[in-house]
Amino acid sequence: MAGTAVLGRLTWRVADVVSAVAETASARTLVLDVPGWAGHQPGQHVDLRLTAADGYSTQRSFSIANAAAGSRVELTVQRVAGGEVSTYLVDEVRAGDQIELRGPVGGYFVWRPEWTDPVLLLAGGSGIVPLMAIARARAAAPAPVPARLVYSVRRAEDVIYAAEARRRAAEDGLAVTYAYTRAAPPGWTGRPGRVDAALLAEAGWPPAAGPLCYVCGPTAFVEAMADLLVAAGHAPTRVRTERFG
Amino acid sequence: MTGTELDGAGLDGAGLDGTELDGNALAGPLREVFAVELTAARGTCAGCGRSGPLAEARVYARAPGLVARCPGCAAVLLRLVAGPDRTWLDLRGLAVIEVPTGR
Repeated sequence: MAGTAVLGRLTWRVADVVSAVAETASARTLVLDVPGWAGHQPGQHVDLRLTAADGYSTQRSFSIANAAAGSRVELTVQRVAGGEVSTYLVDEVRAGDQIELRGPVGGYFVWRPEWTDPVLLLAGGSGIVPLMAIARARAAAPAPVPARLVYSVRRAEDVIYAAEARRRAAEDGLAVTYAYTRAAPPGWTGRPGRVDAALLAEAGWPPAAGPLCYVCGPTAFVEAMADLLVAAGHAPTRVRTERFG
Repeated sequence: MTGTELDGAGLDGAGLDGTELDGNALAGPLREVFAVELTAARGTCAGCGRSGPLAEARVYARAPGLVARCPGCAAVLLRLVAGPDRTWLDLRGLAVIEVPTGR
């Protein structure tokens, strides 16, 4: 470890699980304490390594949900049907456990508080996690940049951070638009179905505003959204993508 | 943890069952080797000449390693296998990597 510290390489370290907070019926935020954590940038992620009793180990990447705060690292995990790792992290991990972690990593899908351009955050399902990290960091700046969030989910109960999004819309000037692709909530008067060019034109930024666009979620969602943004006239270099698989 | 084999089915966090990820998934494994972030670096495909951020490569994770492919022509850009105490990198598919070094 001393050698890697001198060279600046990263490797695995141990994180303590401090607490776990339910977000939805299938998602939970794990609050970790990582001794020696030097902070992180909004949009970065960590890799977690889990080792079974028989020695078999597997790794998964999870976006960091919180803006940097000392040694605290928060990960919001969505349980996926049939997913051994996500099921373990959402249903079994408890305060006092330890998890192997590597990070923070990611130098492309990041937002820096010194950037002044408007921001479009385009989330599909659990892709909201790194985008909320950006929204949280953005709100902490002295003069928050204009920011719009478009959040696509299947149903209202799948929305993670719903109360926080409402609060940020009211207090931080974050414009929030939802797209419900399977079932809209009762009384919904917005556009039905998936995010399309018309919804982006209405809820996003025009290219002339020079926004930085962050798209995160399942691979198919990210590909479709990136195509829509480029077709609408955003330069590909202004569209940052992160595919969750 | 029980002794149950972790099969990594589904969209189970990001990684490791052959699902298609992107070059952001390379960030951790590459940071074990290099002291700088490389996912924002621009790579040039040795196959078709297309260049772009490594983060936009198409990445497939099947034990024991990761394979990154050109989003344009699907040629293999790099292969990475991480062992217990060493990492192997095959970078033949990347003709050029352009890394910012200024402030």
